[in-house]
Amino acid sequence: MKLKVKTCHFNYILGLLITSLVLLMVLIGFFYTPYDPNEMNVALKNNPPTLAHLLGTDNFGRDILSRVMKGAGTTYIIAVVVVIIGGTLGTIVGTLTGYFGGWFDEVVMRLNDVLTSFPSILLALVFVSVFGPGTYNIIIALGIIFVPSYARVVRSEFIVLKERDFVKNAKLMGAGSFRIMFIHILPNTRRVLIPALLIGFNNAVLAEAGLSYLSLGVQPPQASLGRMLSEAQSYMIDSPWYAIAPGLMIILTILGFSLISGGMENE
Amino acid sequence: MLIRKLTKVLLLISVFTIALYGCSGRKEDTNKSMTPANGKLSFTELTKAAQSEPTYGGSITVGITQDLDGLDPHKALSAGTKEVLFNIFEGLVKLDYDGNLVPAVAESYHISEDGMVYTFTLREGVRFHDGSLVTADDIVYSIKRCADMLTPKDPTVIVESALSVISDVGSTSERTIEIRLKQAETELLPYLTCSIVPKDYDKLDTKPIGTGPFKFLSYTPLQSIVLERNDQYYMEDTPYLDQVTFKIFSNTDTAFMDLQGGNLDILPYITDSQVSQLPKGYHMESGAMNLIQGLFINNKVEPFDNKLVRQALCYAVDRQAVIDMVAGGRGNVIGTNMYPGFKKYYDESLVNVYPYNPEKSKKLLKEAGYPNGFKFTIKVPSNYQYHIDTAQVIVEQLKQVGITAQIQLIEWSSWKSDVYRGRNYETTLVGLAAELAPRQALARFRSYADNNFMNYINPEFDALYKQGEIEGVEEKKIQLYKQMQAMLTNDAVAVFIQDPYQMTAVSDDLGGYTYYPIYVQDMSLVYYYKQEFESD
Repeated sequence: MKLKVKTCHFNYILGLLITSLVLLMVLIGFFYTPYDPNEMNVALKNNPPTLAHLLGTDNFGRDILSRVMKGAGTTYIIAVVVVIIGGTLGTIVGTLTGYFGGWFDEVVMRLNDVLTSFPSILLALVFVSVFGPGTYNIIIALGIIFVPSYARVVRSEFIVLKERDFVKNAKLMGAGSFRIMFIHILPNTRRVLIPALLIGFNNAVLAEAGLSYLSLGVQPPQASLGRMLSEAQSYMIDSPWYAIAPGLMIILTILGFSLISGGMENE
Repeated sequence: MLIRKLTKVLLLISVFTIALYGCSGRKEDTNKSMTPANGKLSFTELTKAAQSEPTYGGSITVGITQDLDGLDPHKALSAGTKEVLFNIFEGLVKLDYDGNLVPAVAESYHISEDGMVYTFTLREGVRFHDGSLVTADDIVYSIKRCADMLTPKDPTVIVESALSVISDVGSTSERTIEIRLKQAETELLPYLTCSIVPKDYDKLDTKPIGTGPFKFLSYTPLQSIVLERNDQYYMEDTPYLDQVTFKIFSNTDTAFMDLQGGNLDILPYITDSQVSQLPKGYHMESGAMNLIQGLFINNKVEPFDNKLVRQALCYAVDRQAVIDMVAGGRGNVIGTNMYPGFKKYYDESLVNVYPYNPEKSKKLLKEAGYPNGFKFTIKVPSNYQYHIDTAQVIVEQLKQVGITAQIQLIEWSSWKSDVYRGRNYETTLVGLAAELAPRQALARFRSYADNNFMNYINPEFDALYKQGEIEGVEEKKIQLYKQMQAMLTNDAVAVFIQDPYQMTAVSDDLGGYTYYPIYVQDMSLVYYYKQEFESD
């Protein structure tokens, strides 16, 4: 028992460490990159890592470290906005359906089921092919696709919590529905909601990478982790450092966040 | 527990990395066996050809990166479809690899002195793939279909506008066909490569029948099209192969992976980086692609309706740098809408009209009223990595003069509908494939042309074009064509970039792969070497 607590604790710290390292790199990337991430140079085409270019250069002679820093920034912003959109809408839907129940719950949750019954990448593809590719469109597409999962999580918490004594007390004291929902119950869902948001962030990072890989997301020459992977594909054998850098960045991001959210759930 | 897992994962990653680094060691070997980029035949092939004879038989798989947009030769639009159908269909005449028109279904032809009547004599004993003899009726029908002279009209047929000068087609005897024209036209012959199909045959879309060296066997959309040797082909020594499968891939990367897995024998249009990754047993062959790659501009939309802006774009693009970056220097800079392959007609001096000069470009922008540059979108079909790469380099170059260009990747099918037909775009980066007649390269710039997707409107150009159509004296015609080319360059209708080299991965067991001045994959000349084939 004691040992288990210790491992959780350790995972949590390790996750924090990895995440803060990655975040630091991305934050610096917003203000400073060693080179202009889009600057091309014929003389530096496909160069392996050197001291001047720590992660090597790509097929246009662009500095991969700079591109990873900038690209991870793009990917993270997309992921954060997607989680904000999906999380907010999902929480509202989950709150209302979970609290009120009845026919309203039935109708909304069935709609939810319809949305979840399609694979999310397919929905995103449909959305993007209708509204055209581009950063904003994939944010909206992914945001909408993320709604059902949050709605479900919040709803089930609400169903349990609304029967608890503190809710009944609040009701007896004459608190309005709105107040009970958002002041009394919602803060108590954080134990489940926050890890869900973190995992959602991970999924959003992967989804962005996937869509940009299919050249539907971020448009070249703008860098994003998915875009870089897609471009690196043709150079896998020749210049593996090109694919490894963005790939490793995705792995570290997801590992860090998973460790944190895992630690949180066990706390 | 998790730590241990983590170390394992990290270990795996590092092992994988090392393994990949190990792979790159092969690069040098393949480079050595590679050929100079200019020759038609590779070194390996030349040495082999000396020691081994072509053999008959065998089957090959060729990778293509575009699904066919139809099997009816008169309805196909994409160059990617035409290059496959070339093996199934033939016209009265046919283009050979030197760019000459050689008799195909016709045995000989005669053009009257005034250029008003073309007379063809049918080759004896030419049969369709279903075994029936080709008759004069079939030919009259086929030409009428191409020229949109049938009643009722078939709206899905892509009408060859050059054939609109035909007033009447008829057979004067069983083996003679006479084509009478409304006006004198001396350059009609290239368009008579229009495919000959059986009269009133209504299954061309599903079971195409032609007279070419290969018969159609089967087609599975998004998968493959299989062709089979035509035993009754009138040329006795070709084709060599029994069966050719064109395997369809969604992009060059997946196709190349299949090649590396040893599943393909020929893969055309490989990229510069793929050349250095060619697996053992393959070599590279290259030739000019006869493709006009350019940043094509919608001359009707702001700010490109201003000639100065278009010229500023031309000055801002360093074309040699583009070629060095995306193709390792394999390509020829061009300056106008004409294929360098048509040497007689091509005006080489136009390459130097817009040398790279960002200062000049900025000055022109200021003059045009855009001192701080402007923003625009480049639409690029997402299946052509080559064009996407080129677009990225251009975006970067335009930044130097303060112009912000954004790339938008679109599906090939929506490129055709929105950009090419709908003309709903600002600029687009693609390649225009070579057509049969040199004039065809200029035809799309007539104000009224259906395929004038750049919205170029210039009555002077139209007038010159009309003159060119009826001009019978070759020297004068060349003069006119060069005048038209110069007009296009001076008006900066587009930023003409380059005629890229085409690189093809070919199995070392195969010989006879031939480059044409137009976009075709002629499989009738491909054969297996004797020794290699048997030892395998």
